[in-house]
Amino acid sequence: MARMTPVLTKRWAEPDSWTLATYRRTEGYQALRKALRMEPDALISLVKDSGLRGRGGAGFPTGMKWGFIPQGTEGQAAKPHYLVVNADEAEPGTCKDAPLMMADPHSLLEGIIISSYAVRCHHAFIYLRGELVHARRRLDAAVAEAYEAGYFGTDILGSGFDLEVTIHSGAGAYICGEETALLDSLEGYRGQPRLRPPFPATHGLYAAPTVVNNVETIALVPFIVLGGAEWFRSMGTPKSPGPKIFSLSGHIVNPGQYEVPLGTTLREMIDLAGGMWDGSELKFWTPGGSSTPFLTAEHLDALIDFEGMVEAGSLLGTAALMIFDQNTCIVRAALRFTEFYAHESCGKCTPCREGTYWMVQILQRLENGTGTAEDIETLLDTCDNIFGRAFCALGDGATSPIVSSIQYFREEYVQHWEGRGCPLSHGQRLVGVH
Amino acid sequence: MAREIIARYPQPRSALLPMLHLVQSEEGYVTPAGVALCAEELGLTKAEVGAVVTFYTMYKRRPAGDWLVSVCTNTMCGVLGGEAIFEALSQHLGVGHDETTADGSITLEHAECLAACDYAPVVTVNYEFFDQRTPTSALALVESLADGDRPRPTRGAPLCTLRQISRLLAGFGDPRPDAVAHGPSGEPTLVGVRLAAERAESAPAYPGEGA
Repeated sequence: MARMTPVLTKRWAEPDSWTLATYRRTEGYQALRKALRMEPDALISLVKDSGLRGRGGAGFPTGMKWGFIPQGTEGQAAKPHYLVVNADEAEPGTCKDAPLMMADPHSLLEGIIISSYAVRCHHAFIYLRGELVHARRRLDAAVAEAYEAGYFGTDILGSGFDLEVTIHSGAGAYICGEETALLDSLEGYRGQPRLRPPFPATHGLYAAPTVVNNVETIALVPFIVLGGAEWFRSMGTPKSPGPKIFSLSGHIVNPGQYEVPLGTTLREMIDLAGGMWDGSELKFWTPGGSSTPFLTAEHLDALIDFEGMVEAGSLLGTAALMIFDQNTCIVRAALRFTEFYAHESCGKCTPCREGTYWMVQILQRLENGTGTAEDIETLLDTCDNIFGRAFCALGDGATSPIVSSIQYFREEYVQHWEGRGCPLSHGQRLVGVH
Repeated sequence: MAREIIARYPQPRSALLPMLHLVQSEEGYVTPAGVALCAEELGLTKAEVGAVVTFYTMYKRRPAGDWLVSVCTNTMCGVLGGEAIFEALSQHLGVGHDETTADGSITLEHAECLAACDYAPVVTVNYEFFDQRTPTSALALVESLADGDRPRPTRGAPLCTLRQISRLLAGFGDPRPDAVAHGPSGEPTLVGVRLAAERAESAPAYPGEGA
């Protein structure tokens, strides 16, 4: 069975875990003191050596991203540098950053200060999903405590380093989790993705050098500073090192947040979560949210890390394991995800805007019993016209539930049009009203 | 107050989203007068502000109730009962998605994933979590709101109105000093860390600290 490695989650069960007093009592802000005695470039090297990869879904090496920020006094490098934390958690299935920010907001703040020092940023932003109001309260309180204690502001702990932080609540738009859409939104525009290149590292917020990192990524930084690169690499797999919060939901006995090394398998995770419901059998699951292709019971022993999930035909994403049993209709699941993408498509590019709309129509008629023999091929053809042709990853993600569900459960799709309706919904009406 | 928001940012236009939350906190929704005010303060046209308002679902363009009841009907919550909850509430309140009851007190909406899949199915009232609902417990929740009670969220602070929560979103904090301390983490948040303690498992010690 897997060994559990609580790092980010280890303070969550402490009394008043969100307060500065608890944080300090549990090694809080010690990494900051150590980091401020280091050269910024040494911190970037440390994070590179640790092998930390972004926890927001794409898995880009964090240290390399920081290294792309131009430093110096000329050209782009002379502009202010910004750190923007992507706290716009909204990928279906993903529910790790919200509990982290509610239970241990100071770990994120300490990560922000150290990361800002490394990339030479003096104004950091937390772009927080609007709906997460209690996380906002906890972050507001933590920021106030941290300023009071001298961890933000001017001459932090006598180091000469200055840093301001601003929390910015979004207003309800999944696309703002895409980093360039997030930057447009933070600049006060509709949250629509930008054409790249140029990348945010050189032309990000206000066209200045900008690092955008996920909450979990930044919150890991203080631990890497304290433990070192080798310690971090002692967990996980060679190319996907470190601990990871796995978010389990669905037909399992104990859904919740489990922090284990990357490379743990679904079989081990289901065991940790107390097994499947009585009478439930695993039918399909996502490794990292709805944008990662569905997998099935044949992948129970695949290593859940960046490489293992690609090998299995999916993606790690955010390690949001949504687990569905045999009574879940595959067409209905794909339909609900597709309705989500149609609703959240920002409308900027045609393949995603039109494609998601039409795929909803087709899936609805299949589920309602008015589908046709051509519908499966039409869906696959539409996905083919979206994947790789959309402006950003939302379009690609929208094809994942459909393509993978047809790949593994084509027969169930066929039953939907042959049998004039869903064999599993028992006459339950569709309530989707998008 | 608009000036105070603008001062938080290197460039004024960044203040637009929080300013629109502020408009909602004063007017109850984003009114034409609120749009005009934002435009004037930021040197934008009303069309430019309007284009932003229409993009984001949290900005309401019609009067909304004091209580915004959001039911997650995305796949996970939907499969575990969210669809049935939405149906039950819709029938009971006599309103559909994004509609407000005749007395103007409750607005119902079905929401996309609310980042609480481990607590599925979830309902929020003014974005405070009411976790692991059933149609029956969700009905009791809205009946209690209709009776003028303020049921306690399972996580988060005691309920305040949609206008008051919009003030928090605009960055002016929660005026109730004890609000931040409410709402302990629920079982799904803590299940992993408790299990690790039970199994006496932890991450490796830092180098030099011994095993």
